[in-house]
Amino acid sequence: MNSLKVIFDRDTWQEIFGSISKNKTRTIITVIGVLWGIFIYIALSGAAKGLDNGFERQFENIAMNSMFVWAQRTSIPYDGFKIGRNIVLKLSDAEYIKKSIPEVQYVAPRNSRGVFAGAPPLVVRKNKSSNYNVYGDYPEFTKIATKKIYDGGRFINEDDIKYSRKVCVIGERTQTELFEKNENPIGQYIRIDNIYFQVIGVHKFIPGGGFESDGDIFIPFETFRKLYNSGDKVQWFTIAAYDDADAVNVEKDIKTLLKRIHRVSPEDERAFGGFNLGEIFNKIVGFSKGMTLLSLIVGIATIIAGVIGIGNILLISVKERTKELGVRRALGATPSEVRNQIILESVFLTMIAGILGIILGAFVLFGINIATQDLTDFPYTNPTVPIKFIMGALFIMVFLGTLIGLIPAQRAVSIKPIDALREE
Amino acid sequence: MIQIKNLHKSYKMGSSSLHVLKGINFNIKEGELVAIMGSSGSGKSTLLNILGMLDVADEGDYILDNVPIKNLNETKAAKYRNKFLGFVFQSFNLINYKSALENVSLPLYYQGVKRKERQESALDYLERVGLKDWATHLPSELSGGQKQRVAIARAMASRPKVLLADEPTGALDTTTSYEVMDLIQKINEEGKTILVVTHEPDIAQMCKRIVKLKDGVIIEDKKVKQVLASSYV
Repeated sequence: MNSLKVIFDRDTWQEIFGSISKNKTRTIITVIGVLWGIFIYIALSGAAKGLDNGFERQFENIAMNSMFVWAQRTSIPYDGFKIGRNIVLKLSDAEYIKKSIPEVQYVAPRNSRGVFAGAPPLVVRKNKSSNYNVYGDYPEFTKIATKKIYDGGRFINEDDIKYSRKVCVIGERTQTELFEKNENPIGQYIRIDNIYFQVIGVHKFIPGGGFESDGDIFIPFETFRKLYNSGDKVQWFTIAAYDDADAVNVEKDIKTLLKRIHRVSPEDERAFGGFNLGEIFNKIVGFSKGMTLLSLIVGIATIIAGVIGIGNILLISVKERTKELGVRRALGATPSEVRNQIILESVFLTMIAGILGIILGAFVLFGINIATQDLTDFPYTNPTVPIKFIMGALFIMVFLGTLIGLIPAQRAVSIKPIDALREE
Repeated sequence: MIQIKNLHKSYKMGSSSLHVLKGINFNIKEGELVAIMGSSGSGKSTLLNILGMLDVADEGDYILDNVPIKNLNETKAAKYRNKFLGFVFQSFNLINYKSALENVSLPLYYQGVKRKERQESALDYLERVGLKDWATHLPSELSGGQKQRVAIARAMASRPKVLLADEPTGALDTTTSYEVMDLIQKINEEGKTILVVTHEPDIAQMCKRIVKLKDGVIIEDKKVKQVLASSYV
């Protein structure tokens, strides 16, 4: 008999549906087995994906392959210098780094007031005032760590550096604390350590760890230099390597270079400090990849267990229904009709269970999504399972359902109708 | 209708083998109502199973409606069973989760009859056994006699050439037995060939011919004057 015709025949389904719905307990228990499997799979891999998305969100405003490098004290006497010499990074180092290390894409020298050295400057506007951290920055900085600027504003540009303009980009908190509601801060003036600065933009703060906050004020590096007399000093470099570069190696190269420039022993590990985001990012990516793999393995294993359960229950049910199948055979059911019926029962049960499990899993992910939506300090966003994974899981289930259905079906066929009828 | 020549059948029981049928010869013409009698172990059920293509003979010929029945695979046997034969069992063998109507229409399903036709036809047969009002009932809601009547309706539904009844009254009380026999007689009157396996003499007397089996051979084959079951009811 044409097997495709059987599948689309309404009567076939009527038979299957009849047999399934009349054995309710069996059906329910069977369905729960697979339902649980697919549910675990969906919930786990969705959760893993959520964590993955969460990490990605944490890093979305900073280049993946970036690092910070700063100077400390020497720990080894070298080239006539004593131990414990204070090293200070210089602006010219940035040029050297850029020129000597081809993997480096951007170097942004940065200075600050209030973060590592000095007290946060007093910022005054009309009768309101507060203390905020102030950074001296180059435009390159936004190429490494994106700063979202609210409409109508901009970040520091080349001209600001060139002409040492007294302009600043303020934070959201700074705006709410220093300005009235409904007041547009762009073009207004604020006083930083008694120097008037024009506000050119308001940056949106994206929590992502680190030392930055929603009150930060950015001013042009050159302006900072003049304001605080910092000369050629640079507190730290924010450096981005090209995406395909190995961040750990780049960091090592940069430090080697800096040691040579500043006449520090090549063995001195403490003279320069570094924080390598690329390295940490790779670890996190590895972690979430592991989570995804784990959820895949656990999910598939549970699905397999569920499908084997279906096979098991169908096997018992075939034994229970030996007589019924014998009667069907006596009434003219061919072995292939009996076999098809059992296999289709298996596939149908698997499908129903699978779809229910997917729906249930989707609900749980939906719940998790709502529960974690407002969490900003916990890396968790948008737990989803790609549709192709769901389709894959469904396919595996149907495939396994057919395969496992073959066992009871073959058993049903192997019983001779006469033996089946004789069994009391 | 049925021609049987030199039919042998033995069962293997471990190392020894049990010779159940030792050369059976008989013919049944169309429209006959034959009782096959014999004590248990006489081979009557084996004979019926072979006639019903549920079992295969070791030796001998079996011709049903001019079709030689031999070398059947399961699929072919199923088709022949569906086309030629209707079964009535001692224990009714109705499918317990299907209603009377669904039970009766099952052989038609395997014949590939369309759903609507199937139901009409099944209802028609239920009406003929007087159970039209019980069509939607499950077997568990029916009495023994009603169950057997549903089973007979089911056996008839596929319009078989021959009706094979294996102890159709074996599980019924006397009154109900006669009712069922009355039905079988009526079906026979309409021209259907029927074989009834029984060990009850009064049931056998309601047939037109009695074949007695003993130890795997026919010891007696006689025509009898039929007792009408309706006279008892």
